[in-house]
Amino acid sequence: MPPRPLSPHLSVYKFKYTLTTSILNRFTAVALSVGLLLLVYWLMAVAGGAHAQARAARLLSGPLVKLVYAALIMAFCYHLIAGIRHLVWDTGRGLERAQAQRSAWLVVALSIALTLLIGYCAWLAGARAP
Amino acid sequence: MSLRSPLGKVLGVGSAKQGVQHWWLQRLTAVALVPLSIWFVASLLSLGSFDHATVVAWMSGSWTALLLILFVLVAAWHSQLGVRVVVEDYVHGAAARTVTLVSVLFAHTLIAAAGVFAVLKVAFGAAP
Repeated sequence: MPPRPLSPHLSVYKFKYTLTTSILNRFTAVALSVGLLLLVYWLMAVAGGAHAQARAARLLSGPLVKLVYAALIMAFCYHLIAGIRHLVWDTGRGLERAQAQRSAWLVVALSIALTLLIGYCAWLAGARAP
Repeated sequence: MSLRSPLGKVLGVGSAKQGVQHWWLQRLTAVALVPLSIWFVASLLSLGSFDHATVVAWMSGSWTALLLILFVLVAAWHSQLGVRVVVEDYVHGAAARTVTLVSVLFAHTLIAAAGVFAVLKVAFGAAP
């Protein structure tokens, strides 16, 4: 097969923050794929019974794993908001440079707000739990 | 000098005519995941406790089981479509790429099947 142009010509682009919002969408996507793996592992443990779930819970509740959950919540919020931005783009709206630069900031602001909201709810739930 | 005709050189190196299908499915699964994922996160937050009895009671609800199955299936599908593009972008060499793509597809199929199986097992009361 003849050599063809390969997609990410990372080095030829001038750096702009819109580039960061774009690659973050992909990073968070891959992180969430790992999150899905964790979710299914947990579901299988629940299906395996109380004993199996307790064994999985020991693995799933370490301090390092809690950092993973925090990262997953951040990734979820970012990917959700950035994904909605993509769906809006798909309708042909918001593609002008100024609009895209504005929506990049909006995505960052909204995903930080949503992360804080979920973090607060999780903290409340944790405080209520015995 | 090559004896191949100009037409022969380009035949078969165009698009596979499947890009629109991939693009469209990625969007459909994305749209479906907006409510499904928000429901999932909200449910986990309102669960209160993650001990076995609470989780089993939650997953035994018909609507919970149904939405959870849809969430796992659609998320696995969306993930497969996305990871596929990442592999196509960054893994070079036909053999390495093919092996990675097949592994990614198999892994996602396993994840989807395991998720559906686990939810059904709990929902039908078969979890010990």
